[in-house]
Amino acid sequence: MSTTFNVNDEEKTVDVDPDTPLLWVLRDDLRLTGTKFGCGIAQCGACTVHVNGQPRRSCVTPVSSIEGQNVTTIEGLSGPEADAVREAWAEFDTPQCGYCQSGQVMTATALLARNSKPSDEDIDNALNGNICRCATYVRIRKAVKAAGEAMEG
Amino acid sequence: MAPFDIQTPSRRAFLTGGAGLVIGVTLPLKGRAQSGAESVLGAAAGGETTFAPNAFIRISPDNLVTVLIKHIEFGQGPWTGLSTLVADEMDADWSQIRAEHAPADASLYANAAFGPIQGTGGSTAMAVSYELMRKAGAAARAMLVAAAAETWDVPASEITISKGVLSHAASSRSGNFGEFAEAAATQTPPAEPTLKTPDQFVYIGKDVPKLDTGLKSTGEAVFTLDIYRDDMMTVVVEHPKKFGATVASFDDAEARRVPRVKDIKQISSGVAVFAENTYAALKARKALRVEWNESGAEQHSSDAIAQERQETAKSRGAIAGENGSIDEGLNAATTTHEAEYVFPYLVHAPMEPLDAVIERHEDGGVEVWMGSQIQTGDQQAIAQVCGLEPAQVRINTMLAGGSFGRRAQPTSQFAQEAAEVFMAAGGQTPVKLMWTREDDIQGGFYRPLTVHRLRGGLDDAGDIVAWEQTIAGQSFLAGSAFEGLIQNGVDATMVEGASVIPYAVPNFNTSVHIVNNPVTTLWWRSVGHTHTGYAVETFIDELLEKGGKDAVEGRLALMEDHQRLAGTLQKAADMASWGRAAPDGHAFGVAAVESFRSYVAQIAEVSIENGTPKVHNVWCAVDCGVAVNPEVIRAQMEGGIGYGLSAILFNELTLGDDGAVMQSNFHDYRSLRIGEMPSVSVEIIQSTEAPTGVGEPGVPPIGPAVANAVRRLTGETPRQLPMIKALQA
Repeated sequence: MSTTFNVNDEEKTVDVDPDTPLLWVLRDDLRLTGTKFGCGIAQCGACTVHVNGQPRRSCVTPVSSIEGQNVTTIEGLSGPEADAVREAWAEFDTPQCGYCQSGQVMTATALLARNSKPSDEDIDNALNGNICRCATYVRIRKAVKAAGEAMEG
Repeated sequence: MAPFDIQTPSRRAFLTGGAGLVIGVTLPLKGRAQSGAESVLGAAAGGETTFAPNAFIRISPDNLVTVLIKHIEFGQGPWTGLSTLVADEMDADWSQIRAEHAPADASLYANAAFGPIQGTGGSTAMAVSYELMRKAGAAARAMLVAAAAETWDVPASEITISKGVLSHAASSRSGNFGEFAEAAATQTPPAEPTLKTPDQFVYIGKDVPKLDTGLKSTGEAVFTLDIYRDDMMTVVVEHPKKFGATVASFDDAEARRVPRVKDIKQISSGVAVFAENTYAALKARKALRVEWNESGAEQHSSDAIAQERQETAKSRGAIAGENGSIDEGLNAATTTHEAEYVFPYLVHAPMEPLDAVIERHEDGGVEVWMGSQIQTGDQQAIAQVCGLEPAQVRINTMLAGGSFGRRAQPTSQFAQEAAEVFMAAGGQTPVKLMWTREDDIQGGFYRPLTVHRLRGGLDDAGDIVAWEQTIAGQSFLAGSAFEGLIQNGVDATMVEGASVIPYAVPNFNTSVHIVNNPVTTLWWRSVGHTHTGYAVETFIDELLEKGGKDAVEGRLALMEDHQRLAGTLQKAADMASWGRAAPDGHAFGVAAVESFRSYVAQIAEVSIENGTPKVHNVWCAVDCGVAVNPEVIRAQMEGGIGYGLSAILFNELTLGDDGAVMQSNFHDYRSLRIGEMPSVSVEIIQSTEAPTGVGEPGVPPIGPAVANAVRRLTGETPRQLPMIKALQA
């Protein structure tokens, strides 16, 4: 069965089992490998993408459920929030192993899009679903805050 | 004793038979061709001439300097760290530096602390590379200078280099590395290159942007899971739920009906499902019906295993450390104090579960992509399964999504499984073996379940006169390439941090019982120190309290022979303003642990909220010798604190009454989340000592620092870990 949706502003049609999680369609079929597999049960956030601008766990999102919708992955992430986040990520040298960082950046960007002046508590709440086993959390907090401030500036 | 320490007897014993471990820094071009590494170090793509002064550096005509990193990068920083050493000695510009993993070739890239084995572990990468990589950089620099001198016909001594530009002031000539790459390649490498003195360092000790940050913020970093080869099959393996169980029979009729499933085969570790894509493989695995033969399997609960070890630890084992007379000391004591600790099995749970890709080459060899942490062992294991020579197995060491010890397997079990599935599918079609989180949590190779019993004695003055510690747990080194670390019944990785403690006690005895069972175990970030640090640092805190002494002053008074550790403790106390009253409902706790020849002290500010310790602040002081990359050191301390906190607060892997693993994913094997991460302040002690590692040493002190604060709040040290178990019981 085929499903058609937009990925990073390009229309894509895939012919896969309709139950297939969006994560595996992105990776196996579209070769957008920046979106990672971490748990498969929406616990870790490594697979976070945006669907119509909102963060979504692609590992539990059947591809059939996103027919006609707009998906943004880390590869297609752009705009002032994304630029600010990446600059702040560099400023604080945030990543360690880096495997969860696509998901962290996707979630952080979505947070800043709705709240450009997040408090530590706002940041903790927004990113509590994104596990980082390296525990880069101290730097994530600082970087998200700095990104918000840079956007304001 | 630190198992991989260059000066310890255990390491010397371990090196038996390692005559070939001397690493030649400068590898002349002729020698390189013989080494089998010419494919890596020879001419660059497109026939461009590349200057490859030694096994670690390549310079291309476009003026890029590529540093080949012999240690796997999984967040602890060797790409940036080892490149910093090269860039400094070369006087390169940081912007021209690139890093990539070195190929698997122990003749060139062995870890000097491991013997003739290429691998990463024991926080050794910086310690074993500091001189080596600097010499590599200095040799390259000398050859570039010689080339420029020849070209310009001026004395080499008149040539300077700054930020990647060679200059001759008198003749106003200058050029970059790329321009001289070809000419430098014809120069003779210096036998003993001159190294800088510390006052000449331009990058060492200062912060440079990490080389992998950019890639890791855009999704461009390529991990093993991101490798796709033409016609590649994705493979998942159904593993037993009990350790030591084997496949009795299986019914794959339903599984084979899943579209895009290619094949299903039994291998030694379970039943492998081969499919055109990941989802088909996962779906078919769910539909498999496997009967297991459990006759040799672990059928005890983890509670029963713990009880057995608790009994075992009631008598002394093989002596790991001793001074004075423990019996006389205890008899003479006016007060004695006892404690028993149970440390659970722990899962490493790196963000990227284990994975590997294997492909056949036209020459009959195989190419492998994996986050290999002990390349030499993995290469041998794959060669054996595939019927090849190790040199026919080309391993591309990949950026890995964490490890924390999990990818360093003395038995190369995962590499073997990957090779088995490749061969089971015919040995021609490329395969990607991936473990899911469930495979990871239930797949063994845990931090061993370990029991400690301690007895301490105080005299009338409240001074500690006796310290007895007995440890019972598993050894994961028996039968492995690292077996030399077991001497006289003592596995150095089980007693490190307990066989020698930083506190002067006149009557001291530490002993260990090795109690093995079918549950597979492995080193887990900071290894023995994960439990010895907790036991020693909470017990000393209690003894000091009973003796009426301050936790910091009391420690310092006993640390005369451990001045570097004492220095970190004093620094952490200063940072936290030790001695002040904690905010209402909060308490401070302190701990200091030497591990892997680095020294770390931490003070934690803790409260109890809903039966769980909440850690608000951590002050951390670290002494790791010369601080090559200060920000990497700070980040590793922060990360070590978070990783240790996750385990000590929340984590235990348990076996049920029938021996089956009870947890399966992050919903029941909980990871620390951002809202649970304390604020962390890190200070680095200025030092001219040789640098030592930071990947592991940040972990051991956090557990006991928090526990000592919890004791001040509740009156009890949590002794059955994790803490939520003790506090919510």
